[in-house]
Amino acid sequence: MSHPLPSLGDLFRGFARIGLSGFGGVLPFARRTVVEERRWLTPKEFNGLLGLCQFLPGPNVVNLSVCVGARFHGAAGAVVAPLGLIGAPFVLILLLALAYDQWGHLPLVQDMLRGVAAAGVGLLFSMAIKMAKNLHEPRVYLPFSAIIVVAILILRLPLPPVMLSLLAVSASLAAWRAARRG
Amino acid sequence: MAQLVDLFVQFFWIACVSFGGVAAILPELHRVVVEQRQWMDDATFSQLFAIAQAAPGPNLLVMSLIGWQVAGFAGAVVATLAIVLPMAVVVFFVYRYWQRFEHALWRNAIQLGVAPLAVGLVVSSGCLIGLSAGFGRGGVVMALVSMVVMLRTRLHPLWMIGLGALVGALGGV
Repeated sequence: MSHPLPSLGDLFRGFARIGLSGFGGVLPFARRTVVEERRWLTPKEFNGLLGLCQFLPGPNVVNLSVCVGARFHGAAGAVVAPLGLIGAPFVLILLLALAYDQWGHLPLVQDMLRGVAAAGVGLLFSMAIKMAKNLHEPRVYLPFSAIIVVAILILRLPLPPVMLSLLAVSASLAAWRAARRG
Repeated sequence: MAQLVDLFVQFFWIACVSFGGVAAILPELHRVVVEQRQWMDDATFSQLFAIAQAAPGPNLLVMSLIGWQVAGFAGAVVATLAIVLPMAVVVFFVYRYWQRFEHALWRNAIQLGVAPLAVGLVVSSGCLIGLSAGFGRGGVVMALVSMVVMLRTRLHPLWMIGLGALVGALGGV
């Protein structure tokens, strides 16, 4: 199985391409680049690392770039890969921020952005529905979704304590159910 | 300077509980940035969200925009670092041992426990942006159309973003 070792430059360029290849959802491009095009990882290795990155909080694709980079070049890789990933998009977004500073007050711009926000709201709800459909034992766990909506959206409680306390309960429930089954 | 430190610390903790990605932490960002510290208003917050949606690159860049709005270039850098750094450091130290706990009971339990919470947070995000953006009836329709299209078709989200911009420009939102 050919397993060409990427250099730091390869890592940077590879992740730079990934970073610019999508609008929000760059993960499929990450898979295509890392596994299929450059063959830095086998599908199994990729899925393994992705599992960790999805398990941890934080942006999945950034975490992924860190561990792919670390795997090949330790700390240096862990810095270079994410830099490649978000470097150019970061510069682009700052240019857009400048444009917004300049023209953001214009009614046309405000109207267009509101339209984009509307589309974005739809995207968020569709994302939530897809996630809900993938839930394991929804009858057991959906109540937690309802509780966190109340806590965060209605009561406007701070997220860190809410997340940690609810997670303690939901994860304990999951562990208890698994132990009971096994 | 104190504001930059504050920005970093606030966003750092948010990053530590950002299960579900940036889509899940929008309500908390709003609570801190708009409600608590009043660094910007509702409309601006939803507009920054829109810009980040439309721009190439990962969605986490909405943090950079918020940071920019609060404290210019330094704010953008600090905000981006805050969202990226905590878990990047954890991943760096932990990825080698992943296989050891990948199938552990506790890790599966956490994963199962996180999932419904992430769902609730993304729903909250949708509601929050919807409330902040000041939609008319057209905006609600656009959001519904976008949602249904994303659920029923395989169209790239960018089509909906473009449609939203167009409908908005025509005054329909």
